[in-house]
Formats: sequence, C-alpha cells, structure tokens
Amino acid sequence: MSLPKLPDCLLAELNESGVLTLTLNRPDALNAFDDELSFALHEGLKFAEKDKAVRAILLTGAGRGFCAGQDLKSRSIQAGSDAQVHLGESIRKRYAPIINKLSAIEKPVLAAVNGVAAGAGASIAFACDIRLCVPEAKFIQAFVKVGLIPDSGACWLLPRLIGYGRAMVLAMSGDPMTAEQAFAWGAVNKIVEADSLQSEAQALAVQLANGPTKALGLMKRAFQYGTAVSLESFLNYEADLQEIAGRTSDYQAGVQAFSEKRAPVFSGK
Amino acid sequence: MSKTIYQFILVTQQERVGILQLNRPDALNALSPELMEELVEALEAFDQDPDIGAILLTGGEKVFAAGADIKKMAEASAIDMLLIDQLARWDRIRKLHKPVVAAINGYALGGGCELAMMCDCIIAGENAKFGQPEIGIGVIPGAGGTQRLTRAVGKAKAMELILTGRQFGASEALEMGLINKITPPELTIETAMQLAAEIASKPSIAVRLGKEAVLKAFDTTMEGGLDYERKLFYLLFSSLDQKEGMAAFMEKRKPVWQNA
Repeated sequence: MSLPKLPDCLLAELNESGVLTLTLNRPDALNAFDDELSFALHEGLKFAEKDKAVRAILLTGAGRGFCAGQDLKSRSIQAGSDAQVHLGESIRKRYAPIINKLSAIEKPVLAAVNGVAAGAGASIAFACDIRLCVPEAKFIQAFVKVGLIPDSGACWLLPRLIGYGRAMVLAMSGDPMTAEQAFAWGAVNKIVEADSLQSEAQALAVQLANGPTKALGLMKRAFQYGTAVSLESFLNYEADLQEIAGRTSDYQAGVQAFSEKRAPVFSGK
Repeated sequence: MSKTIYQFILVTQQERVGILQLNRPDALNALSPELMEELVEALEAFDQDPDIGAILLTGGEKVFAAGADIKKMAEASAIDMLLIDQLARWDRIRKLHKPVVAAINGYALGGGCELAMMCDCIIAGENAKFGQPEIGIGVIPGAGGTQRLTRAVGKAKAMELILTGRQFGASEALEMGLINKITPPELTIETAMQLAAEIASKPSIAVRLGKEAVLKAFDTTMEGGLDYERKLFYLLFSSLDQKEGMAAFMEKRKPVWQNA
C-alpha cells in the first residue's frame, strides 16, 4: 500500500522502522479541526490500521500548538438547513470515528503533545496509548464555559486516566490541566523539553514499532474488554487472546532469543 | 464423499466434521447461482456421508458472504425471476438432516445473512457484521430473511432491521439471540469447529431427530410440536445407540456409539 492522498492540513510520513507520523498541520489555527482535517485524520488512521508496514503511529501538531479542538469558524456539518445547530451530528460524523479508530487500531499510538491540547484536541491525545508533552502543554476542556459537555470521549477517557474526582473537577470548572498535573496524575507518561520532544517521541515510537506488534494489539483489545466485564469473563477472554499471541512467530522469536540470552528481533507477525 | 472438483468452494474434512468454505474472494463471496449449486451439492454430499456427523460452513477473513449477484438480476422481470426461481435451490439446505454450524468473520449481508440463518448454530467473530440491506435497493429479503430473522429475534427488532436495512454487529446479534457465541476473529473457525466436533461426537440418529424436533417448533402449534417430539422420542428406542447409551449410563461407563 502507498500513503493515501491527504490534504495539506495533515502531513503523513512513514519511516523505515514502520513509524507513521501524522502531523496536524494548520499551525495558524493551532491545528484546530475543520471538516477537512477531521476527515483527513480519519483517513490517515484507516491507512495506519490497514497497512502492514505501519507498526506504530505518532500523532503530533505543527507549530506551537498540538490541537485546539473544533475550529469555531468552521461549523459546516452541524449547520443544518434549519437555524438549529446539530452538534450531535458533528460528533457522530467527525469525532467519534477518529476516537473509535485510535482505540481500535491494534498498533501502539503515541501522542507528542507539543503545546496546547484543547477540546477534541485534548480528547484525541487522551485516546492515544501513550502521551509525551512539553512543559508548556495544557489540556483544556473549557466546554462548560459555553454550556456544553467535554466531548469526543473526554468524559469516558479522562476519568480512566486520572480518576473520576479529578476529571469531574476539570470538566465542571473548565480549568486547564497543566503538564505537571497531567504527569503527576498519570495522564502523561513523560514531560520532555520542546527541543527534544520530537526526537524522543520518534525514538519511543521506533522502539514500539520494533515490538511484537500482534501482542501489542492484543493488549489494547484486552485493556478495552476489561473496562466492560467481570474479572471472570475477562479471564476467559484473556485465555483466548493469549492463545492467539502464542501462535505468533514473534512468540517463537521471543522464546528463542530468551533461551539464547540475546535481544529478540520481532517481525510483528 | 463426492469427488467433484469445485470452483467456488473449498471442501475438507476433519474427523467427523465436514468443512465447507465459500471461496470467491474476488467477488466478496457473492452467492451466485453457480456458487450456490456447488454449495448445495457439497452440503448434500456431506449429509449422505456416514463418516460425517456435523458440517461447518465458513467464508473469508473479512467477508462471510456479501449477498447475491445484483448485476445479474438488475434487469430481470418478475416472470424471469419466477421462471428461473434460483432461490428454490436454497430450499435444499433446509432439508439437510445433519447440523450445520456457521463460522462468520466479517460481513454477512443480504443472502449472506440469510445463509447464516439457515445454519443451525452461528459462531461469530467480534468483527462480524450482519444485515438485510435489500430495502436499500428497492426489494426485500428473498431467501428467508423476513421469516428467519423474525423467528430468531422477534417482531420489533426484525421489523426495524428489515425496514431500515441497518447493519448490526456481533454483540447486538448475540444480545438478540441470533447467534450462539462471539469470539476473537482469529479463533472463530476453531470455536465453531469445537462445537461441530462435539455435536459430531454424539449419537447421530438422536442428533438428527433432535434437529428435526427443534426445527418443527417453528412450523407448528405447541401441541403439534409436543406430539411430534414424543413420537421421535419413542422412535429412538429402536436405535442401537439408545440401548448402548442407557446401558453405559447404568454401568457408569462411557458409551460407544454405533450411529445406528
């Protein structure tokens, strides 16, 4: 497969290690989502899911912000023919597919949060598997200030990352979560200075891309399944997933390398 | 077993389970008359084969079967459809005596969904998508969809699904009682195989009459069904396996079936 044709608002680069870097590229608008960018990101993620050469995904923003969320100057989808706005449509058609895809892709997804992440922009970072951010980054869910609720999965994702109590205070106050808070509360895995963020994120992405991709994907499946079922059901499901993992050639390679006391070389299969 | 060479299906056997795989990947396993002819023939061959106790039917990794060949019927008249009556072939599937377990990964739409519902049990991968989308092309299901879906999931749900054509996933199918079990897609065929093998290990005459009695429940009154069941129950007392099964039970040992 070759990279899909994407508009300029989303840069995609696949390196030889199998890291697909997707860069939100509307720097003048702090990479806010208009229709074009949200559909492009969904396309990019669909490609990342299907293409076997892609073994890790790194999501970041161009310029000084990560993503400012919905571009308030662009309200095309939800502007119906009537005067009523239909925000539900916007979520169903634009944001839910992105969040669902980030969670469904059975490959590691990293966010390198290079600046402010607001609204759906914060949610997209929360939906990734691993987050790095710069000390200046802020995660803002200011919906309450305009009488809306945090969307694109924030009310589901954030309580799971930082706990119900802290997430509720952020949602109801609209206060930003600073990089230090995000790190202390477990929402961010590491804070990295701006000048080394991209290189450090790339290095981590390469490391993950060299991992046993099938097993990493099964881990995502296991984590998600566990949110909805009893321990007993989970253990039953886990047995299925481990059965699948045990049939991969990476498992063979891992056991072999372990017995030979060397580092394994995983193919992702 | 039939030695016929098939073009659109793969036929294998694992111990007492006959395995059929729809194999027209370039056409999303569309159920053309040619494919259906092969499928029905292979099903009947397994049905006749004394070494087969159950049948497993599956499709591809991403598509079980994506319905009929629309191109071939788009220009047909009602009389053409009546005279060709290609769906009559499908009726032979419901005359099979041996249980058929469907293993579904990916799309089972239109005729694919109807074919799945003609099977006796359905094991579906988490990625399975069912649906009767015919309404969207100006028709309704024609191979049993309106009847079998309604009997499987009840009127309200069936009505919604038939009249909107909406696709639904494996978990909704499980909730509605359309399928037996959901499994990770990597294990769908194996899970179906376990079920088919377990059924195939049971005494075949009792299995046959058990299937017949369950299917009778869809066609008759409660009283008629109960009477029918009673006759089949009595009938089994002339089988060798009934004598063996009950003797083994009393002697606290495992029965050895003769399928007779």
